[in-house]
Amino acid sequence: MSNGKIEAQNNPLIGQQSTADSRKGECENCGRREFFAKLGMGSLIVAGVGAGLFTYEYFSPNVLFEAPPIVKAGKPDQFPPGSVTLDPQSGIYMINGPKGYYALGAICTHLGCLTAWKPDLDLIACPCHGSRFNRDGVKVAGPAPQPLPWLKVWLSDDGYLMVDRSNILKAQEFVKV
Amino acid sequence: MPSTIKRELERIKASEVWRSIFRSGSGTSNLHRSQAVQQNVFLHLFSVKIRSRVLDFKPTWYLGALTLCTFFILVATGILLMFYYHPSVPQAYSDMKDLQFVVSSGVFLRNLHRWSAHAMVFLVFAHMFKVFYRGAYRPPRQFNWVIGVILLLVTLLLSYTGYLLPWDQLAYWAVTVGSNIAKAVPLAGSKMRFLLLGGNEVNANALLRFYVLHCVILPLTAVLLIAIHFWRIRKDGGLHVPESKKP
Repeated sequence: MSNGKIEAQNNPLIGQQSTADSRKGECENCGRREFFAKLGMGSLIVAGVGAGLFTYEYFSPNVLFEAPPIVKAGKPDQFPPGSVTLDPQSGIYMINGPKGYYALGAICTHLGCLTAWKPDLDLIACPCHGSRFNRDGVKVAGPAPQPLPWLKVWLSDDGYLMVDRSNILKAQEFVKV
Repeated sequence: MPSTIKRELERIKASEVWRSIFRSGSGTSNLHRSQAVQQNVFLHLFSVKIRSRVLDFKPTWYLGALTLCTFFILVATGILLMFYYHPSVPQAYSDMKDLQFVVSSGVFLRNLHRWSAHAMVFLVFAHMFKVFYRGAYRPPRQFNWVIGVILLLVTLLLSYTGYLLPWDQLAYWAVTVGSNIAKAVPLAGSKMRFLLLGGNEVNANALLRFYVLHCVILPLTAVLLIAIHFWRIRKDGGLHVPESKKP
C-alpha cells in the first residue's frame, strides 16, 4: 500500500509547494528582505544599548549633597598626648601619639560600620561584627579585611588640624606641632 | 426565605447587565462551569478541573496560598502606610513615629505590615522546602521552580528595601552593611553601590531609591512573576500530588 505516495503525487498543494521551493533560490525579494531584517535587528540592538546607557547615566547623580572630604578636626591642644578622639560626624580618629598627630578613618573596612574607641582595652572596636584594631589602625581581631586607613593631616594657617578623608596615606605620617 | 434569595440571585444572574460582565451565564453544567473559569481574567490562570486530593492539607500544607495571603496583606497595609509616609530625611523617621503614636490604627497597620513581611519570608522558605522534599520541582515543573527562586529573591529584596524606610539607627546600619556587601562584587561592585544608594553614603538619595524600589518596582515585578507562577501550575499539569497510598 502506498496511499501516501499517491496522495502526494496528486495533491496540488504539495505540488505547488515544491515549485515554490525550486523558485526560492532565484527569489528577487530575498536579498532585500534579509537586508531589512538585519537593519531592523541592528537598529533594535543599537536602541537597546542606547537605552541601557541612558538608564545608567540617568541613575548616576551628577551633583551630590554629601559632606566634603576635607574636615577641620580642631586645635591641636584639644587632643591631649596619648589620646584617641573619635569625631562621629566626620568618621575620623585624631590621635596624639608619641611621634605626633595622625588621623585614622573610623569606618570599619569590613562592612562600613562606625567603630568606637575602647580606652579600657586600648583598642578600636567595631560594634557590628567584632573587628578590633590597635591605635595604629592595624587589625588585631575580627573579619575586617584591611587595616583602618591613615588619612592626610596638616596644620592650617590659622592653627587647626585639617584632615583630608579622600587622601589615604601609603605610609605612616605624623604632624608635629 | 433562602429560596427567595436564591430566586432573586438567579434573576440577577439572568439579567442583561450580569450577562454582559459574566458571559458564561448561570448554568451548572460542566461547560458552564469551565467557561466561568476560562472567561475570567483572574481565574483563567488556573485549571478548570483539579483532583479533589489536591485540595487536601497534606500535599501542600497550603503554604503557597498562605504566602499569597501575606502578600495581599502587605499590599493593602503598605498602600495605607504610604498615605502618611514621606520618603525624605529626616521626616521619614518622625512619620514612622507618628504612625505608631498619632495616626489612628497606625500602629496596628505598621505592625501588621512588619509581621506579615516576616511571615512571608518564612512561608516562602517553607513552601520551597515543601516543594523540594515532595520532588515537585522535577520536570515538567522545573521552570516554575526557577520562577519560584526569582520570587524568593524578590521577596528578600522587598524585605531589605523596606528595612531602610523607618530611617532609624537599625535601618541605617543594616543598609550600610548591605550596600557594602554589594560593593564586594568584583569590578562593578563600587559602581553598583553608587547606583543603589544614588551616592557614596546612605543618605536622602538612598532613602528615595529604596522607597521607589520597595513601593513600585519590586511589587510590580512580584505581581508579574506570581501571575506567571500560577499560570505555569496549570501549564505544567497541575499541582504535584504523590499517588495515594490508600486503596
